Amino acid sequence: MSAAWPEHIYEELKAADIRQVTYVPDAGHSQLIRQCQADPAMRTVSLTTEEEGVAMLAGAWLGGQRGVLLMQSSGVGNCINMISMQQEYRIPLLTLVTMRGEWGEFNPQQLPMGKSTQAVLEAAGAYVYRCDDAGQVRETVRVCSALAFNSSRVIAVLIGQRVIGAKNFLK
Amino acid sequence: MSTDKLNRRATVARLLRDRGDALVITGLGNASFDAMAAGDTPANFYLWGGMGGAVMVGLGVALAQPKRRVLVITGDGEMLMGLGALATIAVEKPANLSIVVLDNEYYAETGMQVTHTGRGVDLVGIARAAGFEHTQRVNTAAELEVLAVAAYRAPGPLFGLVKISTEPNPTSLPPRDGPYLRGRFREALLGAEAHR
Repeated sequence: MSAAWPEHIYEELKAADIRQVTYVPDAGHSQLIRQCQADPAMRTVSLTTEEEGVAMLAGAWLGGQRGVLLMQSSGVGNCINMISMQQEYRIPLLTLVTMRGEWGEFNPQQLPMGKSTQAVLEAAGAYVYRCDDAGQVRETVRVCSALAFNSSRVIAVLIGQRVIGAKNFLK
Repeated sequence: MSTDKLNRRATVARLLRDRGDALVITGLGNASFDAMAAGDTPANFYLWGGMGGAVMVGLGVALAQPKRRVLVITGDGEMLMGLGALATIAVEKPANLSIVVLDNEYYAETGMQVTHTGRGVDLVGIARAAGFEHTQRVNTAAELEVLAVAAYRAPGPLFGLVKISTEPNPTSLPPRDGPYLRGRFREALLGAEAHR
């Protein structure tokens, strides 16, 4: 079964001319990742850790291409020092974060970053916007993409676990 | 500190002598200072932080500019912080990306603490095992001549490592103004598109 909101993200990333799609896999982003992989105009790059994507997208923009970093909330903490690159060189970063550890979470280890993701990103200088309804996703990704590349700031879109649905480990 | 190892400044000056239109990314600390000493240009992008990220910045530039050679010059400590990136780059196989690690086996900026390369860790072996088909270890001036050609002409991704001495060199600081460094790099590369 495919959801509509990942399709909406894909369409907005296309409209924003996103060419480098970096990710650490997350179940919430799996449909979007497959769609980007099928698009010959998008280079998808699987990372060993999220901060690789932060550095790589700085390079992408230096080289004249726009990119996006897809990750789950547990990966945000890995990025914080690397985001100083965007902050100090004034380089845009667009990241779409699928949230864990909040809406019906099964795995207790997800709760700490679920709780602190927004605060940690904001402490690192990012502007953070949340979607808790699938109907908000398209517009939020559209305006946040524009904001990132118009202002050369770090912009994070958090996609709430309520949108994604709680992960079922007991299937 | 008497040694017959290569001097880092002379090594980087030789590596950059015939760079042509190559884009050069340098890891924080001495690698940036070495590139600055070899001659400042807008086509140099000096990192002052983001430790562990230099080669990934290089990958992003290389994928965005497939017709330009991209050379990342960094130190052993900086490379050790981002070893996973070697796996990512080996998988992506960017034909226009070359990496050269200047390996003095110490964290020279922070008080000469020994790095893992001084305790037996082999970065060339790690790169090869990750899937880099073109790797080279350099101990001598003659070997450096081979790397200085291959870095621009051999199909990438290329991973070179130069064992260098710890002898101190004169201070050579690049500009620290981040927006200036990124602005001039993009303008030199993209022209008016840089400000679109």
